[in-house]
Amino acid sequence: MAALPHPARSGRMGMTPVVAMGIVHEAGGRTILDGINLQLETGMLTALVGPNGAGKSTLLGILAGDIRPTKGSLLVEGCPIEQFKPARLARVRSVLAQKTRLEFAFSVRQVVGLGRFAHAGGRRVSRRKDAEAVERAMSATGVAAIADLSFPTLSVGEQALVMIARVLAQDTPVLMLDEPTASLDIRHEHRVMNLIRHRARQGGAVIAVLHDLNLAARYADRIGILAGGRLRTLGPPGDVLQPALLSEVYDYPIEVLDHPSGNGPLVTTSDTRRDGTHHGGAT
Amino acid sequence: MVESLRTRRIITFTGLSLLVVTMLVLNTGMGAVTIPPATVVSLLAERVGLEVGSGAIGVQESVLWSIRLPRIVLGLLAAGALAAAGAGLQAVFRNPLAESQVVGTSWGAAVGAAAALALGARATGSFAPAAAASVTALLATFLAYRVARRGPRVEVVTLILAGVAINAIAAAAVGLLVNVAERGQMRSFSFWSLGTLGGATWQTVSVTLVLVLPGVVLLAWRGCQLNVLALGDEEARHSGVDVRRLRVEVVAAAALMTGASVAAAGVIGFVGILAPHTVRMIIGPDNRVLLPGAMLAGAVLLLAADLVSRTAVAPTEIPLGVLTSLAGGPLFLWLLYRTRRAQGGWG
Repeated sequence: MAALPHPARSGRMGMTPVVAMGIVHEAGGRTILDGINLQLETGMLTALVGPNGAGKSTLLGILAGDIRPTKGSLLVEGCPIEQFKPARLARVRSVLAQKTRLEFAFSVRQVVGLGRFAHAGGRRVSRRKDAEAVERAMSATGVAAIADLSFPTLSVGEQALVMIARVLAQDTPVLMLDEPTASLDIRHEHRVMNLIRHRARQGGAVIAVLHDLNLAARYADRIGILAGGRLRTLGPPGDVLQPALLSEVYDYPIEVLDHPSGNGPLVTTSDTRRDGTHHGGAT
Repeated sequence: MVESLRTRRIITFTGLSLLVVTMLVLNTGMGAVTIPPATVVSLLAERVGLEVGSGAIGVQESVLWSIRLPRIVLGLLAAGALAAAGAGLQAVFRNPLAESQVVGTSWGAAVGAAAALALGARATGSFAPAAAASVTALLATFLAYRVARRGPRVEVVTLILAGVAINAIAAAAVGLLVNVAERGQMRSFSFWSLGTLGGATWQTVSVTLVLVLPGVVLLAWRGCQLNVLALGDEEARHSGVDVRRLRVEVVAAAALMTGASVAAAGVIGFVGILAPHTVRMIIGPDNRVLLPGAMLAGAVLLLAADLVSRTAVAPTEIPLGVLTSLAGGPLFLWLLYRTRRAQGGWG
């Protein structure tokens, strides 16, 4: 990846700008999260994987400050998250939601510029630094060519890229992304993963919810597997992606091979019958 | 394209300003007593103490000063208030269909103003009816919002239906008040339901100005935040906007402005949809530019409507709301149709 966003500012390696301790969350009489301890460290891309309904989005919502957990504490840059006003929090962490709709016909450049709100202090997004951050984010995500088009007329994939550009333009030391590659083709999938890994290399603390285990294996520094509201394991891809554990949490037979390139694991399913049922599964 | 957007904005604002000036000339000059633009200018100059020798006859001066000018200024204020309130409500509810009359704000305001008059507040120009109108407008708007809100989203259909119900209740309440109150103070039902700038005085103008100005200032101040809110509540919060506070502020500003406008001139429908929507189509949805543009467009619209209202079938006046609804109603229907098609039904 060439030209990339930004010298992240607060980033000394090995710091932990986000610390979650003993997070328990209950909703509708169900325990969604049950005792999560997780630290986001600068310089590191953490992938959060797990089956549907494992609580990944809820955990991300709690880390982002959208949801207040039933129990547990969350420190952002050493302070309880409750003490942050929205504008200050927005200068520490940016969040990519799964799906964003826009009711009005803002142009792509305007949408990316909205990411600069917290920096402009509520005033005009016209200062040179803001404009530069916007242009840089647009060229990094490859949407500079469509900068003047109206957002609602774009394809779903293009809209996703624009939203990623907006989050990058927010230029925060912490990035939280909920399925950033969900609607992207292979090329853009890798482009975005490269981008966010690069952000981490520059000192960003990045967490991304991913469904594609191979994407996680290839790009993440560490993978956390969330299942049944618990963080089952957290560590480097090679250690974490074990067939027995994966088969159990996904309730589906999963094999882990060596990637043909020789770099890390390759996750695949095994032995599926034609009628769609399978053997193996939970061990 | 960027340049062309800038050019489009310049052309739009120049054009709107010229239209406002044209409307000012026509509205000061036309009517039972004709006053040429030069006479208007020299009469105004004499007012500020310049001896220009207007050559105006006495009746021209009194018609201009005590009838036409207050009426025009009130029209500008009401138009600005309704257009700004519409633009604000649309941004806050994230929907181009939101407007004072549609979501129940206007009729809510009418209840407060009529009640204050029934309880004995002096004349429509006094402060109490306008303040009461703002309070009930606020209650009505929050009621519609509470009914339409589900989780983080405001359901448009529910919002409009809640507005229908609130309007029905409020109109009934106004009708009741009009019937039981003493004739002396109370305005007629058709004043409340169709609106008019007739009867404007400098006192009405000053009361309206005091209530409208803070609302406009607040909306102008919050333009950037309203832009970010277009992304959705959660995304706006992620970007640093205090969404709850912003929503309260903007709804309160819209209620204040609508309340002042309704207390002074009755319910004038659809200005808050026509003006912002037309301007948004030309220069885009950026609220910082949209707000002044919509206010200018609203001014042109309302002054044109008032000119037709008082000259078309003189000496009788066509109620103002008849004209604005004739223009705005079809646009609202079209927007409804387009929104429904884009969403593939209300589901």
